[in-house]
Amino acid sequence: MFYINQINAAGTIAVDDTILIKGTPATAGSKMLENFKPLFSAEAVERLEKAGYSIAGKTNVGEFGLDLLGETSAYGAATADGKLIGAGAALVAEGKIKAALSVDLNGAPRRAAAVSGVDFIKPTYGTVSRYGVIAAACSGEQIGVTAADAEGVKEILTVIAGHDSKDGTSLPDEKYEYSTDADVSAMKIAVAKELYDAADAAVKAKIDSFADALKAKGAKVEFVELGIIAQAQTAWQILMAAETTNNLSRFDGVKYGYRTADYKNIDELYVKSRSEAMGFLTKATIIYGSDVLAKAKYEKCYDKSLRIRRVVCDRMKAVYAEYDAVLAPACSKAEYAPYDTADAFEKVFAESLFTAIPSITGMPAMVTGGVQLMADSFKESVLLSIAKSVEV
Amino acid sequence: MKYELVIGLETHVELSTDSKLFCSCGGHSSPKEPNDCVCPACCGMPGMLPVTNKHAIELAVKAGFMLNCKINQYTTFDKKSYYYPDLPCAYQITQWFHPICVDGSVQVGERTIGIKQIHVEEDAGKLVHDEATNTSFVDYNRTSVPLIEIVSRPDFRSSEEVITYLKNLKAGLQFAGISECEEGAMRCDVNISVRPEGSEEFGVRSEIKNMSSLSEIKDAIEFEKVRHIDAIERHTEMLVQETRRWDDVKRRTFPMRNKETAADYRYFPDPNLMPIVIDDEWLAQIKASMPATADEKALKYEEMGIAAKEASVLSSDRKLADTFDAVVASGRSPKVVASWILTECMGQMKRLELDSLDIDTAKLARIIELVESGEITRAAGKKVLSAVFESDVEVDAYCEENKLNAKVDEGFILETVRKVIAENEKIVADYKGGKTKALQALFGSVMKELRGTGSPDVIRAMLEKELN
Repeated sequence: MFYINQINAAGTIAVDDTILIKGTPATAGSKMLENFKPLFSAEAVERLEKAGYSIAGKTNVGEFGLDLLGETSAYGAATADGKLIGAGAALVAEGKIKAALSVDLNGAPRRAAAVSGVDFIKPTYGTVSRYGVIAAACSGEQIGVTAADAEGVKEILTVIAGHDSKDGTSLPDEKYEYSTDADVSAMKIAVAKELYDAADAAVKAKIDSFADALKAKGAKVEFVELGIIAQAQTAWQILMAAETTNNLSRFDGVKYGYRTADYKNIDELYVKSRSEAMGFLTKATIIYGSDVLAKAKYEKCYDKSLRIRRVVCDRMKAVYAEYDAVLAPACSKAEYAPYDTADAFEKVFAESLFTAIPSITGMPAMVTGGVQLMADSFKESVLLSIAKSVEV
Repeated sequence: MKYELVIGLETHVELSTDSKLFCSCGGHSSPKEPNDCVCPACCGMPGMLPVTNKHAIELAVKAGFMLNCKINQYTTFDKKSYYYPDLPCAYQITQWFHPICVDGSVQVGERTIGIKQIHVEEDAGKLVHDEATNTSFVDYNRTSVPLIEIVSRPDFRSSEEVITYLKNLKAGLQFAGISECEEGAMRCDVNISVRPEGSEEFGVRSEIKNMSSLSEIKDAIEFEKVRHIDAIERHTEMLVQETRRWDDVKRRTFPMRNKETAADYRYFPDPNLMPIVIDDEWLAQIKASMPATADEKALKYEEMGIAAKEASVLSSDRKLADTFDAVVASGRSPKVVASWILTECMGQMKRLELDSLDIDTAKLARIIELVESGEITRAAGKKVLSAVFESDVEVDAYCEENKLNAKVDEGFILETVRKVIAENEKIVADYKGGKTKALQALFGSVMKELRGTGSPDVIRAMLEKELN
């Protein structure tokens, strides 16, 4: 299933069902919000509409955006030829829409772009308003743009980025100028050694050919050990799960959304509504998140993860002092078959190894040609220019 | 054995802001219907993000200045998680790790009460239970209304000290415009234990939750004192650390369900709210906007020549003090104004059973002016004041209509004086025979005839002139 709700067949932009459009049901891929109609639109949607873009519809997502490639949607995963594909990226790849907006909280839209062979950018945290995003992991999730090429990504990102007073974490700059023509020949690119080693042969081949193309342009490309990969992965898992647990607790069957048919008291209303309407990965994330926030564990889990976030940022700043960008796989494989979602928690955690650094640091990342590029905060133009230079 | 009470207070106060703590809904617009002061943010809809109300931060800092606290110039908001239908997000935004004010103190009589911290947080909504249909309803009008929680150290030793502290706190908060402290807008959790006098160790502590009336607080403390001493002396029960509630009908405290007290609130910093940095300039601006405290006002009033006791009453209530300040500012003498407010206005308030003084200060000033200049008598002034209290009449028009002006008709006064002399031959004879007191009887008769409208000085002068 690609669209949860198709709004306008002639529309050119699709948005994930975790992003609100006034009056159009927003499910976030969950049974919990089956009939939830929001009273307002996301800031990013408003900006697109104001700029004259028309919204094609709401695309299917994994429940609350937590999974690999949309496989945990209560409305059925989007698949093609027996493979998992992200709905928004697949529609872009098929040329049915110009661009898609997705919320990147644990790498799902980056993986989707990689398997569909389209471009996706997760911009610097705070540059695109999160107002109107069904929140899960507030400290790292960010609306990003999927499009067929770097110019398409740049066009849409320019429209939606800029300060929004309705989001307390929105950065002060009113607008951002992005460019696709920075000089790639003078750039130094680091290939993340540990991530390269962790990917399969098909992905390694994509990295190799991308590196070769950059070298052919005159860029310097070399392997670098980042060193904080596993720490970033675990710390982001803790922060992401804790914040998600907290944000999803509002879905309790009291005010809106799914409510169990039969209950004797308020505790039963909570437990049955949530048990019946939430999928396995969401429940596993909530249990994990509740555990790491428990008083007895707070210091050594959540608080420590916040400190690790600082260490990871410092390490990446040091890397970017020397290199313009980091080249790495976006995921371990080039394609994914549907699987038993009882294994989703472990599978998503394993794949988050490749996506965790931009998630936890809030620094930008871009997927193009099946590979991932990372850069320092506000260096979207570096990413866009590299992507454009390698396009055929 | 003699025992000593040890009490600490957690006082919740609603801040006087125009809007709620994290959204633009009116926080104090006295909503009429349930859920008519809510928006997607304060009723927990997904997609909304909190944006901090700057004024609430400033009011909290003012409370910190008032209670001599250290202001944390780096302060953060944290999330406190628990499930309850009146809490729409299932978390409350509060301050756990870096509260805005810490380490203050305040004087209560001879005793110094330490203030551990003041933190800002959002209020929860309200559940309304309908017994008839066995249904519960939620009203989110109060959700996200800004509160401060003022946490004292366990420095109180008697219920009287607690009551004095709360009264002073209320007056101070009203004065500084921090809180209206309306009925129910100031709520207290009382931590109480008992120990042998002279002991340094604390006894087993009870926490009595959520009381708003001073008399209930006093009664609950006295009840707990007896219960604790009985438990220690006579082993009537085993004391355990627990949360209790006061039942005003049964006149005693009861333990609350353990479930509500054993919760792990899973505090963590709210990622949606950036740390607030209060720079020196902002801090100075807030400090400069602090009005005089009740104590400072009382002192100022004493310097104006008001007796200490009267100054204390005037300054203890914001409405009284504001009225006093305004009328004095219009040029009336402070002593006279104090007397009019404390005697005449408070008399009217008592007569009409009013809780607070709400009078047009220009009207009160005019009444005092008329009386002072002799245009009307004090008795007539009282009559006008009474009419102003009852139906907010216009002072000059009322005097005219009711012929209260003492100066208008001296001819009529003279006529009346002559009439009284003619009708009271015996008293006149007594006076002329040397009984000077007889003049008072004649004076009284004239006043009675004139129904209090003539100037006493004029009447007395005319009487003497006519008799001699």
